[in-house]
Order: sequence, then structure tokens, then C-alpha cells
Amino acid sequence: MRRAAGALIRKDLRVELRTGEAVPAMLLFSLSTFVLFHFAIDRRSVEGDLAAGVLWMTLLFAAVLGMVRLFVAEREQGGFDGFLLAPVDRTALFVAKATVLFLFLGAVELAALPAFAILLLGPSPWGAVPELVAVLALANLGIAVVGTLVGALGIQTRARELIVPILALPLMIPLAIAAARATSPLLLELGAEPVPGRWLAVLGLYDLVFGLLAFAVFDFLLED
Amino acid sequence: MGAADGAPAVALRDLGRAYGERVALAGVTLELPRGATLAVFGANGAGKTTLLRILATLLRPHAGEAVVLGSALPREGWAVRGRIGLLAHEPLLYRDLSARENLRFHARLHGVAAGRAEALLEAVGMARRAAEPLRSLSRGMTQRVAICRAVLHEPELLLLDEPLANLDPGAAGAVAPLIGRASGAARVLISHDVEQGLAEADLVLGLRGGRPALLAPAAAVGADDVRELYR
Repeated sequence: MRRAAGALIRKDLRVELRTGEAVPAMLLFSLSTFVLFHFAIDRRSVEGDLAAGVLWMTLLFAAVLGMVRLFVAEREQGGFDGFLLAPVDRTALFVAKATVLFLFLGAVELAALPAFAILLLGPSPWGAVPELVAVLALANLGIAVVGTLVGALGIQTRARELIVPILALPLMIPLAIAAARATSPLLLELGAEPVPGRWLAVLGLYDLVFGLLAFAVFDFLLED
Repeated sequence: MGAADGAPAVALRDLGRAYGERVALAGVTLELPRGATLAVFGANGAGKTTLLRILATLLRPHAGEAVVLGSALPREGWAVRGRIGLLAHEPLLYRDLSARENLRFHARLHGVAAGRAEALLEAVGMARRAAEPLRSLSRGMTQRVAICRAVLHEPELLLLDEPLANLDPGAAGAVAPLIGRASGAARVLISHDVEQGLAEADLVLGLRGGRPALLAPAAAVGADDVRELYR
């Protein structure tokens, strides 16, 4: 499985580097949304709960763009059936797609977070970077797992561009709540406070549950 | 190696498949020995591609039995995937990758050495254009790369849907050793070129409305019998 997953990851990254269809779109969406929030909430800056909410709503919607592109591109490029014909564990496709989405999210956040800090955020986030990275990593893992599951569901349908967000967003509500609650103390005006362990635990549990679910059902999702 | 190695390349009994209410394939029963060629004829929508996709494990049969290279489908599909080569209407390649990158990707999936991909590109006359993205190649060139992909892992059963489409005579000659009788593989060949299809075949299946309208050894079938399927 490792050989097949590695080949798929390399292929996806090469296609993305060549076409720039997913990451630039996700990043542009994030930056535009921050600008819209800046004017829509009519504040010079945000902090705490509001800042965490704005950040995670933006990242989740940007992630949905990536989820759609991840598998739609597979169909449009025409190689999906080619993969299905190969004598490899189909879970490799799940591992590869989740890894690629995780990497895409990381790349987007690398640019989007400084932009968020400049455009909207009141307090400086730099003192809490390690904690923020931990929250982002746990949340990104959950988004990548759910996004891959939902993307695989959508690939067999004609209305996949609609199916993916309609299914993904409700499934990510627990993740959005936990990620925002875990991030909020890191973005306080009076300085970062420790991340509540229970919200990190919720994120970890979310990742575990959906990860196990994905391993159990992914093969069936690819069946005709 | 096992008992299944003595089994026919394809054995079908009352095979059927529907898309919702529409029956795409029904009542197909036949046996194709190893190394032999089945030519499948029929008008558009007759069920030829559905048959091919079932044999390739990409579609589940809804009725009857399909045993490919000794493995029952769809239950044992995993056992035959690496032994089947499918050349479909679509090239099943990534347009933003080059011919070389596509073939190396599939070589990794099939556990085949990268050198095999290079040898195939050379054999079909694509070595010089192998670094260009597929989207910049002509349809004929893309078809040549698709043929390389289909035979990359030296399959025992080739499923060929109009394999010579878009190929000029020179290219058709270059791919002949890979997908022709000389390949040694059993073949299921869809063709609208009646004479060429009959010349290649050992067994002929004619489909009309998803049902077998003709099933006979190729020697016993005339071109007019096949043309009747298109009327």
C-alpha cells in the first residue's frame, strides 16, 4: 500500500504544481474572505472567540474548495479508472488523497494565517505559534479525513460539486466547534492562555473516529 | 499458479447488467480459451462497453456469472486486476502529466520496472515526445500512450475498445506486436471495422439491444452476418 500511496501523492503534487488548480484557489478564497469580514463586521480588529470563529469558518470553506478539486480533478484528468484497475489496496487512494489535502491545507494556512494576523487580528499571535500549529494540525487531519471520504462519495455522482459541500459541512460541525474553542484562548487581546485540553481531545477523537470509519468503508465507496 | 490457471480466459453464463430500469446487457453466455480472441460487434448502445467494463472489474454484473482468468467477479476482482489490460474509449491517463510520467506512475502501481515504460515508448515511436504533457499530444499519440499503459504489466487478458482508433497505418503497425495476436494474451476486441475484427477473431459475439444476436466461431461468420447487426 505504501508504494501505491507514494505514487499517488507524488502524482497529485506534480499535477498541482503544474496546474495550480487547488492551492491558489483556496488561498485566494481565504484572503478574499478575510477582506470581506474586515468590512462586514465593521471592526478594525478581532480577538478571542470572534477571531477564532472568523478564522475557522474561512479555513473550512477554503478546505471545501480543495475537497472538490481533489477528486473532480481525478475524474477530469481521466486516470481514476486506471487506478481502479491496478492490483493495489484501494485504501492507498484514501491515504494519498487525505495526505495531499492535509498538505494543501498546510500550504494555504502558511500564507493565510499571516494575512489574517495583518488584516483582522488584534493581538499578536506569534507567542502562541506552537499551540496554534498543534490545533491546526489536529483540525487539518480531521478535515483531510472527512474531505477524502466525502470526495470519494461525490466522485460517483454527477452533482459532485454540490454533494461535497452539502455532506462535508454538517459533518465538520463538531470539528469547527472544537477547533474554534481550542483556538480562541490563543487569540486573546490580553495575551494567549493555555489551550483547553478537552477541545484538543475532542479534535483527536474526531480524527480517530472518522479515520477508522474511512478505513472501514472507503473500499465500498469506490465500488460501482 | 493454481487450478485457476487451466481455466478459460473468460467464462460467462447468463451475464446481465442494468442501469436503473434500462437493461444494458442480458443473457450473455460464452467461453473464451486462453490466447484466443473474441470480437464483439454491435451498434452504439448495444452493450459492448458495458461488457468490457464488467470484465475489467469496473462494473458489477447484476445477473449471471462472470469468471475471468479463473476468478469469479466481482467477488475475486482483486485477484485479476493486475492480469487484465484495459484499453478503453478514454485513455485513462492524466492530461497534465507527460507520457513518461503517466507510464512511470502506472508502473509503480503495477510493480513494474521503469525500464519497461521506456521500452514501450520506444516501441510505439513515442520516445521523442515522452516528456511533453499529454494535453499537447494528438489523439493518435495519446492512443499510443494508452496502449503502452494497457500492456505495461504484460496482462494475460486484453480488453480492447476500438484499439486502432485515431492511429495512422504506421502507428497501427507499431502497436500490433503489443495488442495483436502476437502478444499471446487472450483478447476481447470491440471493433466497428467488420473485416479487421473478423480477421483478428477466433470467436464472434454480436450484440443487439444488450442481448446476444450472434455467437459463433469466426470461421463460420461472414461480414454480412455482422453487418446485419447494424441494420
